[in-house]
Amino acid sequence: MASTFKFDLVSPERVLLSAAAEQAVLPGVDGQFTVLPGHAPVVSALMPGVIHVTLTNAKKAVFVKGGFVEINPESVTVLAAHAFVLDEVDPRQLDAELSAAETALAAEKDDEALRHVSRAIEELKALRKTG
Amino acid sequence: MPSLKDLRNRIASVKATRKITKAMQMVAAAKLRRAQEAAIAARPYAERMDAVLANLAGGVTNREGASPLLVGTGKSDTHLLVVMTAERGLCGGFNTNIAKLARADAIRLMAAGKKVKIMTVGRKGADNLRRDLGKSIVDRADLRNVRSLSFADAEGISNKILGMFDAGEFDVATLYFSEFKSVIAQKPTALQVIPAKVPEAKAATGKSHTAAAVYEYEPDEETILGLLLKRNISTQVFRALLENAASEQGARMSAMDNATRNAGDMINKLTIKYNRMRQANITKELIEIISGAEAL
Repeated sequence: MASTFKFDLVSPERVLLSAAAEQAVLPGVDGQFTVLPGHAPVVSALMPGVIHVTLTNAKKAVFVKGGFVEINPESVTVLAAHAFVLDEVDPRQLDAELSAAETALAAEKDDEALRHVSRAIEELKALRKTG
Repeated sequence: MPSLKDLRNRIASVKATRKITKAMQMVAAAKLRRAQEAAIAARPYAERMDAVLANLAGGVTNREGASPLLVGTGKSDTHLLVVMTAERGLCGGFNTNIAKLARADAIRLMAAGKKVKIMTVGRKGADNLRRDLGKSIVDRADLRNVRSLSFADAEGISNKILGMFDAGEFDVATLYFSEFKSVIAQKPTALQVIPAKVPEAKAATGKSHTAAAVYEYEPDEETILGLLLKRNISTQVFRALLENAASEQGARMSAMDNATRNAGDMINKLTIKYNRMRQANITKELIEIISGAEAL
C-alpha cells in the first residue's frame, strides 16, 4: 500500500494546496476523523474547524469554514467554502475572522448551527494563542 | 467648408480621443489577464463539485422526496431570469447581447403563458431591460463597489435566489451571462440552475475509481445532497460572474482596439484634407499676387 495519498484543497477562488500527504485530520460534522492512505470512499460534510495535514516533509494547518470532503483510497479532495492556510495568514485576519464568527454566534438561533459556530470560535482562539 | 483652424482643432480632438481609447484598451488587457486567471483558478472547484454532485444525484433523482432544487417543483409557471451584465459600458455589444438573449427568452416565455421575473446583476442590464420589461424586474444586485470578485459576492446573490425559491416565488431559475470563449469571442449563454442540470456521471470517460467507488456518506446522503445543491448554486453564480468579468474585459479590449484604429484612420484623412486645403490657400494667394502684379 502506498504510504501517501494525494491531498487537494480547493476553495471556490483557487487551489490552495495540492500535495502528497501521509495523514489528514478533518473536522467532519459527526466528529473529527483521521484519514490515512487506503481509506474507504467517503463523502462527508465538514464543520468549521481546522484541518491538520501531514505532508511528506511538513505539517500544515488549514482553517476551513465548512465545506465537503471526498475521500478515495488514493486521494482526498476538500471543497472548502472558505479556507486559509494558517502559516500564510497574519494574526489580524484571524482576529477579524473571530469577531465575524462571534457576531454570527449572536445572530444564530438554530441549535445545530450554534454548535458549529461556537466550535469554530474555540478553534480560532486556540490558534491565535499558538500562532 | 470648414476653415483651417476648424480642421486643426478637429484633428487635435480626435488625437485626444485616440489616446483615451488606447489607454482603455491597455487597461482592459491588464484586467482581462487577471480576470482570466481568476476564472481558470475557479475551475477545479467547480469540476470537483460537479463530479461529487453527479455521483450523488444519480441515485437520488428518481426517489420520492428528492430536493426540489434537483427535481423542480413539479411545475414551471414562474421563471426567474438572472441577467448578469457589466457595471460599465464602452465594451462593444457585450451588454446588449446578453440583454437581447434574456429579452428574447422572456418574450417567448410570456407568450407561452408563463410568468417571468427578472433579477439583474450589474447596472447595464437593468438599464437595458427597464424600458420594455421594467415591470418584471423584481430585484437587482449591485456589484459597483466590488473591485475583485470574491465568492462572498456570489453567495450574496445565490442566497437571494434561494430565499426567493424557498418562498415559492418561482419554479425555474436561469442565469444569463456571457461565456468567455476567447479574447475576441464571447458567447451569451443561458444556464438553468434550478432545477439543477446535473452533469451525467462520467462512468466511461472519468477516472475509473471515482466513477466506480461506492461512497459512504456522512451524515446521510440526502443531507449532503441538500447542502451540496445549495452550494452548487453559489458555485454556478460565481462561475458565471467570473466568466462574465473576463468576457467584459475581452469585449472592451476589442471594442477599444477598433476605436483606436478608427481614430487613426480619421486622423490620416483629416490630415490629408488639412494639407490640401493649406496648399490650396497658398496657391490662391500666389495667384492673387501674380495677377495683381500683371495688372500694373
